[in-house]
Amino acid sequence: MQDQRFSELRLAGIGRTFGAQAALRDLSLTIRGGEFIALLGPSGCGKSTALNCLAGLLPLTTGSIWLDDRRIDGLPPERRGFGMVFQNYALFPHMTVRDNIAFGLKMRKVPKSELLRRVDDVMRLVRLEDHAGKLPPQLSGGQQQRVAIARAIVYEPPVVLMDEPLSNLDAQLRLAMRTEIRRLHQTLHLTTIYVTHDQVEALSMADRLVVLREGIVQQVGTPDEVYGDPANRYVAGFMGYRNMLELDVARVTGTEAVVTGQGVRFTGRAFGQLETTRAVAAIRPEDIVVEAAGPNQVQVIAEVVEYHGHEMLVEARLPGGDPLFFRTEKRLAPGDATTVSVPTDRVLVYPADTPAALVEEVA
Amino acid sequence: MTVAATPEATAAIAARTGRPSLRHRLAERGIDRVLLLLVPGVLFLVLLFVYPFLYGLQLSFAPEQGGPLSNYQTFFSDPYLRDTIATTMWIGLPAALINVLASVPIAYQMRGRFRGKRTLTTLLVVPITLGTVLTAEGLIQYVGPSGWVNKFLRDFGLVDQPLILIHNYWGVFFSLVITGFPFAFLLVLSYLSGIDPTLEQAAASMGAGWRQRFRYVTLPLLAPGLAITFCLSFVLAFSVFPSANLVGDPSGSTRVIAIAAFHAAFEQYDYSMGSAIAMIMGAVMLAVIALVLGWRSTLYRGATGGKG
Ligand SMILES: Nc1ncnc2c1ncn2[C@@H]1O[C@H](COP(=O)(O)OP(=O)(O)O)[C@@H](O)[C@H]1O
Ligand SMILES: [Mg+2]
Repeated sequence: MQDQRFSELRLAGIGRTFGAQAALRDLSLTIRGGEFIALLGPSGCGKSTALNCLAGLLPLTTGSIWLDDRRIDGLPPERRGFGMVFQNYALFPHMTVRDNIAFGLKMRKVPKSELLRRVDDVMRLVRLEDHAGKLPPQLSGGQQQRVAIARAIVYEPPVVLMDEPLSNLDAQLRLAMRTEIRRLHQTLHLTTIYVTHDQVEALSMADRLVVLREGIVQQVGTPDEVYGDPANRYVAGFMGYRNMLELDVARVTGTEAVVTGQGVRFTGRAFGQLETTRAVAAIRPEDIVVEAAGPNQVQVIAEVVEYHGHEMLVEARLPGGDPLFFRTEKRLAPGDATTVSVPTDRVLVYPADTPAALVEEVA
Repeated sequence: MTVAATPEATAAIAARTGRPSLRHRLAERGIDRVLLLLVPGVLFLVLLFVYPFLYGLQLSFAPEQGGPLSNYQTFFSDPYLRDTIATTMWIGLPAALINVLASVPIAYQMRGRFRGKRTLTTLLVVPITLGTVLTAEGLIQYVGPSGWVNKFLRDFGLVDQPLILIHNYWGVFFSLVITGFPFAFLLVLSYLSGIDPTLEQAAASMGAGWRQRFRYVTLPLLAPGLAITFCLSFVLAFSVFPSANLVGDPSGSTRVIAIAAFHAAFEQYDYSMGSAIAMIMGAVMLAVIALVLGWRSTLYRGATGGKG
C-alpha cells in the first residue's frame, strides 16, 4: 500500500523523446499535496506524454520524479498507485459498473466488507447508485465518465491523473462534469493533475496552470497570473487574446512600450526582450471599450457583427486594414464607423518572434 | 443493411423524376443492388458444399444391402470402425488444445509494436506454406529412428534405444501441431490486437500486475476468441488424413476416422458406407463445436454477470 499523504510531488526536468522527436522537454514542477494542476496546450503539445510519464505508462528519457524523498520514476504503474482517468475512459467492458469501480480495491486485497462499503460510498459520491449492475456500454457518456472517475479515486490514490476527461462530452454535460470534478476535489483533497486543451476548463478548475507548447513549458502560474499576464504571445493567444497586431516598436521605457503602425499608436505593457523593432500587441476582445474617451483611441469600421446574447462580437477594420475583434453591448451594424479605446494595462506587447525553445528564460 | 424507402419518400421521388429508378423500385421490395454481390458466393457455396453434402447424405442412407440405417448400424457395432472416433478425438483434441494454449503466451508477448515483429510473425507462420507432406518428410528426417534428434540423444548417452517418435501417435501429433499452430497463432494474435491496449494500462494504473491484468482483463475478453480458435483448430486436426498415413500408424494407433472413410469408399468401393462415415465425422465435429460454443456463451454471461 502506498502512503496516501505526501507533501510534494516533484518533477525534476522530465523529458520524453520518440525517436528523434521530443514530445516533452525538461518539465520541472513541484506540486503540493492536494493541489489541482492543469496541463494546458493544444493537441500534440505533449500533455498526454507528460501524464503517461507520471503514471509510469511511458518510461522517461530524462529527469526524475519524486514523491517527497522517494524516487518513483523507476516504478511500474501498478506500484505507483496513482489513479488515472483515460481520455477514452478505458472502462472494462465485461465488468459491471460496480466491478469496474471495485477493481483497484480488489487489486489491493481490501477485505470484502470494506470493499463493498467503499465502492458504495464512491458510487453515491458520483451518483451512480442506480447503475451499479450495468455494463459500461449500457451507460451514457456522462455516466461512463463518472465510472472512470470513481474507479480512479476509490482507492484514494495520492495523485489522480486525468487526460482530457471531458473532451468526449457535449457542451452542457461538460459544464456539469466540470463542476462535479471541482466538487470532488474540494471534498476529497486529492492531488489532481488535469490535462486539457480548453483554457476555460483549465482556468475555472485549476489552482495552477502549466501551459505547454511543442513539449516545452511556456508558463506556470495561477489562473489569474496566466490569464492576466501571459508570459509570451503564444500563451496570450491561448488565453483569448484574439487580437495580435504586428506593429513597430516606437519606444520602450521600463515596463511601458509604445508601438505604432496600421494607423494606430498603442501604449501598453512590455513583456520579454523588446529589442526587436517588430512587436506584437495582444488585446482581448472584451478589453476594448467602444465610444468612450480613453487611452489608445482608434477609429474602426465594423465589418461583421455576431450576435452573442447580451453582447455582440464585432470584427472591424483598423485604418491600416487589419481586423480588430471586440465585444460590445452597443448595437453596431456592419459599415458603422466607431471609436474604440483600450486601457494601457490591457495592451500586452511581446517580441514578434517567440520560438518555443527560447521561451523558458522569459517564463 | 438495406433501408427500405417509405412509400411517401418513393412517391416523392417518383413525382420528381417521373418514374422511380430501378434502384428505388428494388429498394422498395427490400432489395439492394449490393446484395447482388452475394450471388457468386452463394452459387459457389451451393455447388461446392450444399450439393455434395446432400448427395452424400442421401447416399449414406442407400446402402448396397440392408435397410436405410444399416451403414450406421454397421459403423457403431463394429469396434474397428467405431473406435476410430475415439482415436481421432485422442489425437485431435490435445493437438487443438496445445495449438491454442501455445499461441496465447506467444501472441500475448507479441501484441505490442516492436522491432522485428514482422520477421518473427513470418517465421512463426511459415509452416503453413509447408503442407502436410513436406512436414511429414521433415519429421522423418528430424525425429525418425536415424534422425537428428535420436542421433543427438544417443551420442550424449541419454537413451540406449532410439525414441520412437514417428509411425505412431506422436508422429501425427507433432505434424498436427506444426501445421496447426500457425493458424491458431494468427487468429489469437488478431483477437488480441482487437483488445484496446488502454484497458491493460488502466488495470496497471489501478494496481494490477501483469498476471492480474491478464487474468481479469485480457483473458476474459480473449476467451470468446479462444473458443473460436479452438473450434477451427479442432476441425483441422479432426480431419487429419495425410499425416496419419505418412507419419502415423494408419492401421493401428492412428487409424483415424478419415482413414476409415477413405478405406470404405476407395478400397472397398462402398461409396454408401464411405458417405455414412463422412456424415458421422461431420456430426462429431459439430457436436464438439456446439459444446465449445455452448461453453463460450456461458462464459460471456459469467463475465458480464459480475464477480467479487
Ligand atoms: N507512441 C508514440 N510514438 C511516436 N510519437 C508519439 C507517440 N506518442 C506521442 N507521440 C508524439 O508526441 C507528441 C505529443 O503527443 P501527446 O502527448 O499525445 O500530445 P497531446 O496529448 O498534448 O495531444 C505528438 O507530436 C505525437 O505525435
Ligand atoms: Mg492527448
